[in-house]
Amino acid sequence: MRADPRALRFGAAVTTLVLVLVLVTGSAWLLAAQAVVFALGLAGRSPYVMLFKALVRSAPKETEDARPPRFAQGVGLVFAVAGLAGLLAGITPLALGATAGALLAAFLNAAFGFCLGCETYLLLRRLLPAATLEVHQ
Amino acid sequence: MTGVWVVLATLALGTVIGVVRLRRDGRMREQAGDRLTGTVLGAPLGERATLVQFSTAFCQPCRATRRVLADVGALVPGVAHVEIDAESRLDLVRELDITRTPTVLVLDAAGRIVRRASGQPRKAEVLAVLADVVPAPEAARDRRPSHDPSHEPSHQPDEM
Repeated sequence: MRADPRALRFGAAVTTLVLVLVLVTGSAWLLAAQAVVFALGLAGRSPYVMLFKALVRSAPKETEDARPPRFAQGVGLVFAVAGLAGLLAGITPLALGATAGALLAAFLNAAFGFCLGCETYLLLRRLLPAATLEVHQ
Repeated sequence: MTGVWVVLATLALGTVIGVVRLRRDGRMREQAGDRLTGTVLGAPLGERATLVQFSTAFCQPCRATRRVLADVGALVPGVAHVEIDAESRLDLVRELDITRTPTVLVLDAAGRIVRRASGQPRKAEVLAVLADVVPAPEAARDRRPSHDPSHEPSHQPDEM
């Protein structure tokens, strides 16, 4: 599967904005919504990407492999769920730390085009050689 | 209020990381290193130098890096390009402490690691490193394509 890099970058920018709002307002609902977006992104149906596709009709100059960004959405989901658990259980450091981690990754992707989640993949494999982290097409 | 500070700190940290990464990405660094053999790599070394690329499926710049290195291999005689799937060689990944893909190692004729780059290297820099590392070609007329995996010299029967 191929992905439009412009749409992914747009998605990262929206994610950055949403996570900033989560940190400023402390809204568990908003973080839960973002967690759902991450889950949809992991399934290859990110609503942000779909919004971009609805707004921008032109074809991308080049496309990229869709698996790395999908894996990264999965990493984002783990952070969002941890942050949500922190918010709901009243563990503020967990809520702030996990949400900040997700924000850092989204910001690096939006502003610099670096996919932090994609790069954690090899580190994870080094730690857990037996783990199967396949993202199914 | 804490949230606002966390936002500012995170964005500041992200900017620093991003700028450092942009400057370092794909830069060739000197490394006095281990020696790798063709057996360890699973592919023959180049006569004059070998470009070893570690890749994973989850790696966006690996494809572009492959293009750059294959180009260089075709351009400079005696230089081989070997691509290793990091996931199937986790032993080597740990031994060489490879944390990112793509990571590119430049080996001299003896298989010693002389340079290392993490991230997608620039073609001009790879060429400059090769000019620096590889001894001047005496027998450069021998223009056998170095990325050709078959190393037997002209065993193909002339059928034409």
